[in-house]
Amino acid sequence: MSKANSATLASASPQYRNWLQRNRRDQIFVRVTQLAVLLVLLILWEVLPKAQIINPLFTSYPSMLWPTFLELLTATPQQASILSHTLSTVVATVIGFAAAMVLGTTIAATLWWWNSLYKVLDPYLVVANAMPKTAFVPIFYIWLGATLSIYGMSLAISLFVTILMIYSGFQSIDPNKIKLAQSFGASKGQILRKVVLPGSVPTLIATLKVNAGLSLVGVVVGEFQSANLGLGYLIQYGSQIFKMNIVMTAVTILAIVSSVMYLAISWLEAVVMRRR
Amino acid sequence: MLSSPPKLYVDNVCMTFKTATGVFEALVPVTLSIPSGRFVSLIGPSGCGKSTIFNIIAGLLEPTAGKVLIDGVDATGTIGRVGYMLQKDLLLPWRSVLDNVILGMEIQGVPLREARERALSLLQRYGLSGFEYLYPSTLSGGMRQRAALLRTLLFDTDIILLDEPFGALDAQTKLQMQEWLMQLWSDFGKTVLFVTHDVEEAIYLSDEVHVMGTRPGCILESILIMLPRPRVRTSSLTPEFIAIKEHCLNLLTASAPALPEAA
Ligand SMILES: Nc1ncnc2c1ncn2[C@@H]1O[C@H](COP(=O)(O)OP(=O)(O)O)[C@@H](O)[C@H]1O
Ligand SMILES: [Mg+2]
Repeated sequence: MSKANSATLASASPQYRNWLQRNRRDQIFVRVTQLAVLLVLLILWEVLPKAQIINPLFTSYPSMLWPTFLELLTATPQQASILSHTLSTVVATVIGFAAAMVLGTTIAATLWWWNSLYKVLDPYLVVANAMPKTAFVPIFYIWLGATLSIYGMSLAISLFVTILMIYSGFQSIDPNKIKLAQSFGASKGQILRKVVLPGSVPTLIATLKVNAGLSLVGVVVGEFQSANLGLGYLIQYGSQIFKMNIVMTAVTILAIVSSVMYLAISWLEAVVMRRR
Repeated sequence: MLSSPPKLYVDNVCMTFKTATGVFEALVPVTLSIPSGRFVSLIGPSGCGKSTIFNIIAGLLEPTAGKVLIDGVDATGTIGRVGYMLQKDLLLPWRSVLDNVILGMEIQGVPLREARERALSLLQRYGLSGFEYLYPSTLSGGMRQRAALLRTLLFDTDIILLDEPFGALDAQTKLQMQEWLMQLWSDFGKTVLFVTHDVEEAIYLSDEVHVMGTRPGCILESILIMLPRPRVRTSSLTPEFIAIKEHCLNLLTASAPALPEAA
């Protein structure tokens, strides 16, 4: 691929090269602007409380993030290290997220296999998906206990949307492709494995993107209620003792975690889609 | 000769579809008798039931009445007896050309290594060498059709059905593909059923042309094409060719529903 690209570049007409250059410049411009926006927000966050335009008690400052982080790094008898909190949140998110993908895909495949089952369950799925899952946090806590309820929340919040998205991906496979496989005598299982599942990879990736965010929400909300570990717990704790430094540091780490997940999925997407 | 049954016998096949507005008669009794190794074309206006006949022969659709016999044996509703190239090329975008071409064999349970080996030599012999490991999205229309056709051929049945394989190609590519198809046909000796909109293409390629009419779909006339083989491009300039073409066009225009303005 890259070899072909450089070959085209070398033999490109000056107009084409100009166009590529301009394209490249546009891209750089977008990136620089994005960074500038971030910088402006950080500066406002720093300056407005310092100038007493807003109450610093409510917002803390970006310059406090790093010192607070360092402070939280060491574990005390009452409080785990912030690294343990982060790890706990990330692990719960990944588990909930992986479970939602596997379970959701399996259920979607089952519904695809038995269409009448889908017809029966359709309204339940739609309603379950529309339910505010966070309402179940206390219920899950009672049912599942402190740790499992967090995984449960993370799964519940992304499971139904996974089922619905993947099922509709299965439905949107070109029926002629299925007909082609049938004309070769394919069984239903073969159609699923050779046409429907591989044809749904773009849907699976789109679902991953949605789920990464949702699972994180589920975990944090679960941690608000039940944990003594995790960034959700740390936020809850920090706000109770009114230490916005702690809250903002935890929130910033959450932002970093979601960015990393987003980048990882984009990378996966690029790898998978390169072969199409 | 008379004692052996035809390769493919479509025996009084009828098809009615149930639709929202009632029943739709797609085919009134259609009978086709096709000897082994023939190249046979179906031409007719769109909607006259050409694809429907193919779906029935391929066993993907149960006819309302009538039978399909292959080598004299009832094969109505039996899948896997014919190679069927559907109207679109339907290459799977996530498979390389090679892996697309072996799909039929793979589904039939041929071991992958063996299937790939068989496919490779065919791809190389029939104009797709260098494309084996590319993905379909990088191929031109003609190359895609070649791959789809070789996939059908590798399914290794005596009969192959080609539904408008060259319909979407530009004129130049189409001519090349016709020669390419003739080469394949004479190398493999398959019985070919070929659907096209293009009268000249049908006559040029075929031993027999069946002209179909619409509403309901039926066969208006079956015409034997006695032009000598191998045919060359200039065959289409001979008086016999032109007479046949004129006759077909007359049948098609006479059967077409009168439109106020269109020609
Ligand atoms: N499953 C179906 N249900 C209802 N009508 C159908 C169905 N399949 C085909 N038809 C109708 O039957 C007619 C013949 O279709 P088709 O065989 O695809 O025509 P052709 O291939 O000659 O263009 C068309 O009018 C089409 O609308
Ligand atoms: Mg058709």
